[in-house]
Amino acid sequence: MMNLPTFYERREIVTPGDLLAEDDYVAGDNTYKEDGKIYAMRVGLVEYDDRKVFVVALKAFYVPSVGDIVIGKVVEVGLGAWIIDIRAPYPALLRASDALNRPFKPQRDDMPSILDVGDLVMAKIVAYDRTRAPLLSIREPDLGKVERGQIVEITPTKIPRVIGRKGSMVTMLKQETNCQITVGQNGVILVSGRSPKGEQLAVMAIRKIDEEAHTSGLTDRVTQMVRSEKRGVEHASEEI
Amino acid sequence: MSQKKPEKSIDENDVRLDGRGLNDLRPIKIEVGVLGNADGSAYIEQGKNKILAAVYGPKEAHPKHLAIPDRALLRCRYHMAPFSVEERKSPAPSRREVELSKVIREALEPAVFVEYYPRTSIDLFIEVLQADGGTRGAAITAASLALADAGIPMRGLVAACAAGKVEGRLVLDLNDIEDKGGEADVPLAWMPNLNAITLLQMDGSLTIDEFEQVVNMAVEGCKKIHGLQKETLKAKYVAVKEEVEE
Amino acid sequence: MVRVKQKQIAELVSLGKRLDGRGLTDYREIQLEVGVAGRAEGSARVRLGKTEVMVGTKIELGEPFPDVPDKGVLTVNAELVPLASPTFEPGPPKEDSIELARVVDRGVRESKMIALEELCVEPGKKVFIVFVDVYVLNHDGNLIDASALAALAALLNTKMFKYEVKEGEIKVKPGYTPLPVKNYPIAVTFAKINDKLIVDPWLEEEQVMDARITITTDKDGKICAVQKGGYGHFTTQQILEAAKIAKEKAEELRKLVVKG
Repeated sequence: MMNLPTFYERREIVTPGDLLAEDDYVAGDNTYKEDGKIYAMRVGLVEYDDRKVFVVALKAFYVPSVGDIVIGKVVEVGLGAWIIDIRAPYPALLRASDALNRPFKPQRDDMPSILDVGDLVMAKIVAYDRTRAPLLSIREPDLGKVERGQIVEITPTKIPRVIGRKGSMVTMLKQETNCQITVGQNGVILVSGRSPKGEQLAVMAIRKIDEEAHTSGLTDRVTQMVRSEKRGVEHASEEI
Repeated sequence: MSQKKPEKSIDENDVRLDGRGLNDLRPIKIEVGVLGNADGSAYIEQGKNKILAAVYGPKEAHPKHLAIPDRALLRCRYHMAPFSVEERKSPAPSRREVELSKVIREALEPAVFVEYYPRTSIDLFIEVLQADGGTRGAAITAASLALADAGIPMRGLVAACAAGKVEGRLVLDLNDIEDKGGEADVPLAWMPNLNAITLLQMDGSLTIDEFEQVVNMAVEGCKKIHGLQKETLKAKYVAVKEEVEE
Repeated sequence: MVRVKQKQIAELVSLGKRLDGRGLTDYREIQLEVGVAGRAEGSARVRLGKTEVMVGTKIELGEPFPDVPDKGVLTVNAELVPLASPTFEPGPPKEDSIELARVVDRGVRESKMIALEELCVEPGKKVFIVFVDVYVLNHDGNLIDASALAALAALLNTKMFKYEVKEGEIKVKPGYTPLPVKNYPIAVTFAKINDKLIVDPWLEEEQVMDARITITTDKDGKICAVQKGGYGHFTTQQILEAAKIAKEKAEELRKLVVKG
């Protein structure tokens, strides 16, 4: 297939307003088309994929999407629902009826005892459109209040790098650090392991991925770093 | 105590007091991501100007009655620190700061995709820490980067500077002495994507021909500044890339 | 405003027409009266279509600014009084009224309209302060041009008391002397709708416009103030086109205020 003309090389860093392609290309993520020309909307790495041009943003905030698993913090206990900060432009809503799996009874049910201000909760976005707040649900197994572990917040666009191709990165991290790692699509990651050192290591690795997400050879470098840190720790005869 | 005005701002060889040629910008240094709490931030030094810009948002608009149903509300506060100028300036917003907050906001809004985030607000704060003429231009240049640094989708960047007339000659990027003693000052903001002017003001006296020349000078100055803006945004990532991809 | 009407206005402009039948560079009917506020030293009322602005000037003795000890002081204030529009609320001046005052001020100040050096009574101690108060009475679009025109007329109408300095004291003498005026700045405002420039936008055109540009020229056709407003943008060509038209329109308007 003949290569349509482009203005940048793949994975070059582009800035808002940079002209990426013209005419026959389709405007993908983080780009917009005007007068037949496609421009970048955010700072990121430009990618050309067949006829589509898009930008993998290096910095962007989370925009809710139905089906996403997110980790958020309760900021308010309302009447019949909690308001949850999921690091998006809009605060999310979790209905008491969802947590109870039956209608909410104001006289009987004490909401703060289920989830109180400051609690972390892992939930799934079940509804969202621009006119209403994103709606959460904790019905599925593994969802609900976070009882233990550490939280790492990174730029949401780098989540795919933390997961890795077919989960390769996150699987490696889990094995090497002996931690449960739950990745929220909103850029919040929960790390929970048996030893604090293991958790620290996982956090360190995740931060490294956040910093270097736009580079190549990342998986190898992270694996190397984790292993050499572990060796250092195990020398001091602490268990990970 | 006011500064004593020097005899001449520009000599017979068209060299300005600070050594610049008529068409030279002051030295500019910009950095993004300088503040920990803000969603986006940038710091600029242009000559003796030192200005910080920070963005919070998009987030829920408060108070709620200000929220716009089909787009984000862009709010801007241009403020000068009391110690930013020779004679201490009261911290209360002056009429000049109110006007500048408005025109700066109007200069940047065309660049932001506000329609993507209805009912939210995007708050832009500009603090002038040290002022030496042309602060609104430098503020817009920095604010543009702060918005991009916050990950807010933009049509493009906005660059700004001023040109004018001093001692009979048309000059670019007037500093405070040149502005106060000169015949005209024209601040201008430019969006390269749209090939358009988003801020334009003037005070002084110019013929229509001079005005045309001054506007063109300012636009050319903005194009140079735009190049610097792009470099600044990429800088952080390019440095990391070079460091790790040996 | 109803969306259908918005579209109608925009479409008409594309065809070079306006809802009220005006050409793209025509002003609405202008009525000017001076001396309407008896207690002011000078005053004028301008009706630009249905937009109505009154300006009163007051002259007081006061201290000069420390860095300009031998010049009088000019200060312009504008009030968008609540009765002028359902959108004006009582309270301290907001950005719109501050911008209006500063744009009118710029025209007067940068054109050196008032010979401030002739307003010095005792250098460093006493000078005349000229207060120009712009009072918007009805907002139907283009407050800037109406206010600037009324301010010009009010200043031309302004009389100062005569005085003499005897034994270090200022004594008022009978009679009046007009404010020393040397220039006649005129503001001309354009709205940009569908990439076309129209002069003197009325309220509904302002609600539809992308952006506005005000160009103030003096009696020699030199530009002394420019202010772009609104969230849209202009190309360089549009700005220069506006400047040329502004100079012509200003000459027409000036004749209404300056006789002879």
